[in-house]
Amino acid sequence: MSTNATTEIVPGWETVIGLEVHAELATATKLFSGAPNRFGGEPNTNIDPVSLGLPGSLPVLNEKAVELAIRVGLALHCRVQRSVFSRKNYFYPDMPKDFQISQYDLPINGEGWLELADGRRVGIERAHLEEDTGKSTHVGGGGRIHEADYSLVDYNRAGVPLIEIVGAPDLRSPEDARAYVSELRSILVAIGASDGKMEEGSMRVDCNVSVRALGETELGTRCEIKNINSLRSLGRAIVYEARRQVDLVTSGGRVEQQTRHWDEAEGSTHKLRSKEEAYDYRYFPEPDLVPVEPSDEWIESIRAALPMLPRERRRRLADEAKIETAAAALTVERGMDDLAVEAIGLGADPVRVLVHLENNLADGIGSLSAGPFAALIAMEVDGNLTSTQTKTVLAVLVADGGNPAEVATELGFEAMEAEELEVIVDSLIAEHPQDWLAFTSGDDKERKKKAGFFVGQIMKVTGGQADGRAVNELLARRADA
Amino acid sequence: MSPSKEITARGLAAEVRSGVRSARSVLEEHLSVIDASEKEIHAFNLVLIEDARAAADVVDAQVAAGDDPGPLAGVPVALKDNICTRGVPTTCSSRILEGWRPPYNATVVDRLVAAGAVVVGKTNLDEFGMGSSTENSAFGVTRNPLDLRKVPGGSSGGSAAAVAAGFTPLALGSDTGGSIRQPAALCGVVGVKPTYGVVSRYGLVAFASSLDQIGPISRTVADSALMLEVIGGHDRRDSTSIPVPAPDLTSVLDRGVEGLRIGIIEELSGDGLEGIAVDVKARLGEAAAALEAAGATVAATSVPSTVYGLSAYYVVAPAEASSNLARYDGVRFGLRIDAPNAGDMNIATRTAGFGDEVKRRIMLGTYALSAGYYDAYYGKSQKVRTLIMNDFARAYEEFDILLSPTAPTTAFPIGEKTSDPMAMYLNDVCTISSNLAGHPSMSVPFGLGNDGMPIGIQVLAPATDEVTMFRVAAVLESTAPAGHPAIGGVA
Repeated sequence: MSTNATTEIVPGWETVIGLEVHAELATATKLFSGAPNRFGGEPNTNIDPVSLGLPGSLPVLNEKAVELAIRVGLALHCRVQRSVFSRKNYFYPDMPKDFQISQYDLPINGEGWLELADGRRVGIERAHLEEDTGKSTHVGGGGRIHEADYSLVDYNRAGVPLIEIVGAPDLRSPEDARAYVSELRSILVAIGASDGKMEEGSMRVDCNVSVRALGETELGTRCEIKNINSLRSLGRAIVYEARRQVDLVTSGGRVEQQTRHWDEAEGSTHKLRSKEEAYDYRYFPEPDLVPVEPSDEWIESIRAALPMLPRERRRRLADEAKIETAAAALTVERGMDDLAVEAIGLGADPVRVLVHLENNLADGIGSLSAGPFAALIAMEVDGNLTSTQTKTVLAVLVADGGNPAEVATELGFEAMEAEELEVIVDSLIAEHPQDWLAFTSGDDKERKKKAGFFVGQIMKVTGGQADGRAVNELLARRADA
Repeated sequence: MSPSKEITARGLAAEVRSGVRSARSVLEEHLSVIDASEKEIHAFNLVLIEDARAAADVVDAQVAAGDDPGPLAGVPVALKDNICTRGVPTTCSSRILEGWRPPYNATVVDRLVAAGAVVVGKTNLDEFGMGSSTENSAFGVTRNPLDLRKVPGGSSGGSAAAVAAGFTPLALGSDTGGSIRQPAALCGVVGVKPTYGVVSRYGLVAFASSLDQIGPISRTVADSALMLEVIGGHDRRDSTSIPVPAPDLTSVLDRGVEGLRIGIIEELSGDGLEGIAVDVKARLGEAAAALEAAGATVAATSVPSTVYGLSAYYVVAPAEASSNLARYDGVRFGLRIDAPNAGDMNIATRTAGFGDEVKRRIMLGTYALSAGYYDAYYGKSQKVRTLIMNDFARAYEEFDILLSPTAPTTAFPIGEKTSDPMAMYLNDVCTISSNLAGHPSMSVPFGLGNDGMPIGIQVLAPATDEVTMFRVAAVLESTAPAGHPAIGGVA
C-alpha cells in the first residue's frame, strides 16, 4: 500500500492483514455443467451428474464464468493470462469428487491492485477460478463432523463458480480490512460479477493475521482465520487474533502457523489445524480440461464493455463537485453519483447536492431525477424555500416525481416577502419585551438561547414558511439598531 | 459352425436394413450362442436379454415403417462394463460400484443406439481397467474362447472374448495402456485405440483421464472401421474431444499400401526387448514382408524413448487413478460400509470395495503426487511423455506408419502372472507408448504362435491419421497366414 495508516490494536505492535475473498460468480449455470447456479431451493435439486461427480461424468468449462473472471481481473488491474485448472485432492463428504477443480500455479488473473476509497492501494496477488463445494450439516455431537450422529449433505452449491481473490498483506487495521472488503464488494457488484452477499455466503472472507513490533520489517508468523460471515465479525476476529498473538509473543511464546476458526458466539478463534497437520493436496493439472487461452480480442472486448468502477466514479464526482475523492465515497457507495453529477452539470450547488444525498436520501432516490433535483436546489439557494421546506418537497419528488415549483405551491410553500417578515418579527418583539431584553443584553449563551426562542415563535406563527437564516439576520439587525 | 468371420456387422446391418432378415432373428441367434458357451467363457457381467429384444423390435419396426435404422441396424454389440448405460448397472467389475445404476448413457452408447445397434450386455474387465488378463475382476476371470485354460488378455478381456466367441460381432473396449489392443491380439480379433480425443470419453468411468480412449473390437478390420465411424466425432460434453467429425474409414480400406513408408520399431520388436517371443518376432517379419510385397517400403527404425514408456506410464496412470477413484467414498453411490464417523466410513468402504491391484495403484499414484515427490515422479514422467512425442514426431518425418508386435507373447495360462505384478505390467510394453503420445494404433490378427494361439501385429499412426492406419490394417488382414483357429460363431 502506498501509505500506511497504522492503527495499533496493542500499543507498540503492528497488525499485518491479508485477505482471501471467495465470491460466487453470477452465472446462470455451474462452472462445469448446465445445472442451475441458484441460491436456496430444496436440498439436492440444482444438481446433475457433473455436480454429483458421478462416475463417467466430465467437466465442461462455463464460458460465462471465464468472462466474469476476466472482468474481475481487469477491474483489479490484474494481468489476464493463459491459465490451467488443477485438481486439489482431499476427502470431504461435501466435495463430490473428493477433489476440487481449482487453479494452482497458473491462475487466470495474475498480480493487480485495488484502490480504497481514501486513495490508498492494496496489492492483489492473484484472482483465480474454482468450483464451490456442497454444504454439510452435522447433526448431533456439537455440529462437528467427527462427533456427529449423522451428517446431511446438500450439493446444490457444489460446482458453483467462485473467484478467489488473494490480497497482499498490505492491510494494517480492522478498518483497513473492512474498507478493502467493502471496496471489493462494490467492484464485484458494479461489474456484475457477483451479488456480493456475505449473509448468503456468496462472498466469503478468510483472513490472514500476523503481528510484529512497530518498526520491524520482517513479517511475523501468520494464522489464517476461517468462518468469518460479516464485516463486523471480520473486525472482531482481527482484534481478537492480534491480541492473542501479541499475548503469546510477549509472554515468551511464539506464534505457530495455524488455520483457526472464528467463533461468533464466543468472540474468539480456536485452532483447526497446524501447518504440520495441513493437507497435502497433491495438486496436478486437471486432465479432463484443456488450458484456458482467452484471445487478446476477447479480453479487449470485455475491457471495453466494463462499466465505470467505484474508483472512477469517486474521481468523477470529486472533480465535478470540487471536493476530495474521499468525500465522494458515500454517494458513490450508495449508487447516487450519476444523479449528483448530472444535477451539478445542470448548475445545482454541489454542496447542497451532496448534503441532500448524504443526509436526506439514505433510503434511496426513488423517482427523483436530476432536472427537478437541480431546480429544487436552485429554489432553496435563492431563498424561495427554507431548508425544511426543501426537505419536504424532496420527499414528495422521491415518492411521486414531479415539478418542484408545482409541488411547493401545492404544499403552500410561498416564499415570505421580506416586509411581511419584518412586520411579524416587530410584533413578536413587542409581545415579548423581557425575552428581547435578554437577547440584546445577554451573554453569547443567553443570546443564542433567545435567538432560538424567537425563531421558534416566528416559525410557529408562519407555519414554518419563514427562512431561518433570514430571521436570524433580521433579529441581529434589530438588536444593533 | 461356420467361421464367424463371415458373420460381419456390415453384412448383418445390410441384411436388416434391406429387410432380408429381422433384427430380432439376428439377436436370437446370437443369444443362443451366448447361451451355449457363456457359462465356460464368462465374457459378460450382465446379459440384457429383454432390453436387447425390445431394442431389436424397435429396429424391426423402423424397417417396417420404411425408416432406415442406421449403419449398425440390428447389429448386436457388447459394452465393456466401465461404459455407462442408463438404468443398467455399470460395475467396472468392482464391488465398490455395487448397486449403482447410472442415470445417463455414455455418448458412445447413445451413438450406437442411434445407429441401430442392439446392446446385448456388459462385459467383464480387470477392475477399473487395471490389469492385462481380466483376472483382476471382482466377478471372476474371463476365459480365452480359443483355449479356456488361458487368459483373454485385458483389461477389455470380456469384450475381446465376446467377439472371439461369436457372442457379438462388435464390442466396445477402453484402452489406457493397451487394454483394447492386447486382448484383441490374445483372442485373435481386431482392436482399435483411436487418437486421443476422436471418441468421446463422456460416460466412460475414468481410470487415467489423459490416457483413456474408447475403441472398437471386431472380427474384421472393416467392422472396426464402421463402428469407429459411428462412435467417433466431436462431443461437446468431453472438453478433450477433437472438434472434427469422425473420419471416413470404410471407403478407404481397399486403397492398398502402395508407396507407403512403414517403419518397424526396433525397441519394441528387436533383440533389445526382453521377453518378445520367437514366434511373435517371426510373424512380425512376415507381416513386414507382406506389406512390402503389397508395394510399401519397409525399414527398421528407432524410437528410443519408448523404452521409458512403461516406467512413465506406471507413474502417470496411477497418479490420475488415485484422484479419479477418490469419489468412491461411500457417500453418494455404490457400496457403503457403515462406521461411527464419516472418515472411518470412507476407509471401511474403500477397504472392502477395492481389489488388491486397484489399491496398489491408488497407493502408487498417491505417493507419486505427494509433496516433495511430485517433481521426481509425476513431473519427470510428463517429461518422458514429451520425449516420446518428440521421438514419434521424428520417426513420422521418415515413415507414414510404424509397426510392432501388439503383445510380447501369445495368451498365457490363467494364474501364471497374478502373483508377479511386474511380469503382468510387461505385457503392455508395446502398447503403452501410443497412449502416452495420444496417437492411434490398432491390433490386427496375423497368424498363430507355436502354441496355436493368435498373434497380433500393432499398426501405429500419427495423431488423427486413422485413415492410413486402417489401409495398412486391411492389407495385413488380407495377407494374414491361413490357419486361423476355428472360432465359435453363429451358424
